[in-house]
Amino acid sequence: MRLTCPLCGERDLREFTYRGAALTRPEGETWGDDWHDYIHLRDNPAGENREYWAHSTGCAAVLLVTRDTRTHEVLGSALAKGGGA
Amino acid sequence: MRFSGLRVLKEGLTGNRGWGPHWRDPAPKPAYDIVIIGGGGHGLATAFYLAKEHGLRNVAVLEKGYLGGGNVGRNTTIVRANYFLPGNSEFYSHSLKLWEGLEQELNYNVMHSQRGIINLFHSDGQRDAAARRGNAMINQGDDAELLDRDGVRRLLPYLDYDQGRFPIYGGLYHRRGGTARHDAVAWGFARGASDRGVDLIQNCEVTGIDVEGGQVTGVQTSRGAIRARKVAIVTAGRSGQVAAMAGMRLPIESHILQAFVTEGLKPVLDNVVTFGMGHFYISQSDKGGLVFGGDLDMYPSYAQRGNLPTAEHVMEAGMALMPMIGKARVLRSWGGIMDMTPDGSPIIDRTDIGGLYLDCGWCYGGFKAVPGSGYALAHLLATDRPHDSATGFRLDRFRDGVGLMDEEGTGAQHNTH
Repeated sequence: MRLTCPLCGERDLREFTYRGAALTRPEGETWGDDWHDYIHLRDNPAGENREYWAHSTGCAAVLLVTRDTRTHEVLGSALAKGGGA
Repeated sequence: MRFSGLRVLKEGLTGNRGWGPHWRDPAPKPAYDIVIIGGGGHGLATAFYLAKEHGLRNVAVLEKGYLGGGNVGRNTTIVRANYFLPGNSEFYSHSLKLWEGLEQELNYNVMHSQRGIINLFHSDGQRDAAARRGNAMINQGDDAELLDRDGVRRLLPYLDYDQGRFPIYGGLYHRRGGTARHDAVAWGFARGASDRGVDLIQNCEVTGIDVEGGQVTGVQTSRGAIRARKVAIVTAGRSGQVAAMAGMRLPIESHILQAFVTEGLKPVLDNVVTFGMGHFYISQSDKGGLVFGGDLDMYPSYAQRGNLPTAEHVMEAGMALMPMIGKARVLRSWGGIMDMTPDGSPIIDRTDIGGLYLDCGWCYGGFKAVPGSGYALAHLLATDRPHDSATGFRLDRFRDGVGLMDEEGTGAQHNTH
């Protein structure tokens, strides 16, 4: 599996760290079902998944990657909002 | 058909013509009291204990492929009870006790071998942690011995004790730990369940779960609709997809865990050895292959195969620990789909839907749990109360934060356990 960093180009998987499913962080600061949902529950699809990856040994940018979990095919990658180096 | 030494002798002298199929191959009936989705180790064990311990025989196990074709056939066969936290500790202790009587109970050779497990440590701090864990195991009623460096060296003289990064200080020795023959465990439970009247239905994929007024009423399958008063989802690796049929989202992310086996060698490794700091563990199968693995690939996957960086990392760790394995040639590798939960511990519980039960989230520790999980889920299905050994495996602990069992203290991200 190789990932494409928008800043550095296509790179080896070893340079990247998976940072979790791409979810929207709740607005509130008190514990509730929205936080339970965000931290614990997952759609966990067998198929197209949207996830964050950090280019940790490269430029440190955080990427939003779309990937097929059945085949490891990478369908797209872009800088995550606010994830630039 | 019972196995015995006399029977083996007789069959051997008469051309082995007397052996029959180990289980029946029935067509699905229109309705059952209990339907278990998933014919793996946990599902088959649940069916066995439902019939044996609770006399419930109007039970079906639905398997989309063949019995034991999932993770119970794709693991590294370690059996142990060396957990630390209350909740896990009593469960795995109970499961190990069931393992110790399993072959007699099933009249089936599951090749359970209590060859001992050694968890290595590499610093004073880790030694303290190992001693603490060992004391917890002893307090639970299990066994643990703290070995110093020379104690480990007497058992495992070929390790590299002075490697620069992780010199070996000693190990926590769990003598009752060991391995078992993974397929035989599934087959033994299948035979025991089938003999007691449970219908094991293969090539029967569940495509829908019927819920009416908050109560489960049955399942839709590739072989027609089946009504049921109770339905248990026992499909670790695919829990999310099956639970979604009932409109549920689970606290599970599926990750890939790779394992490797070398060509067959003469006996060289008597125990199971874990090198946690290097992300490596190893044992030798009875066929002679060195069976080893490491950590997750760390990204979600259903591919049942991993990528090379993790394979490379595991091989490097193996070489660092026991350089002699560099002479062995790797025959094959594979991957299993792991139900990773936010605290690294499993779930055996009811759901918000009446009559629908969950047994999932086994992370990469499901094999050793097979008897204990089947026993506990059967108890829950039969009595609607959790078994004493499994009261900690609540689904709602993530919502309310009570009784989380994060053995490694690595936080709520699913892949860190």
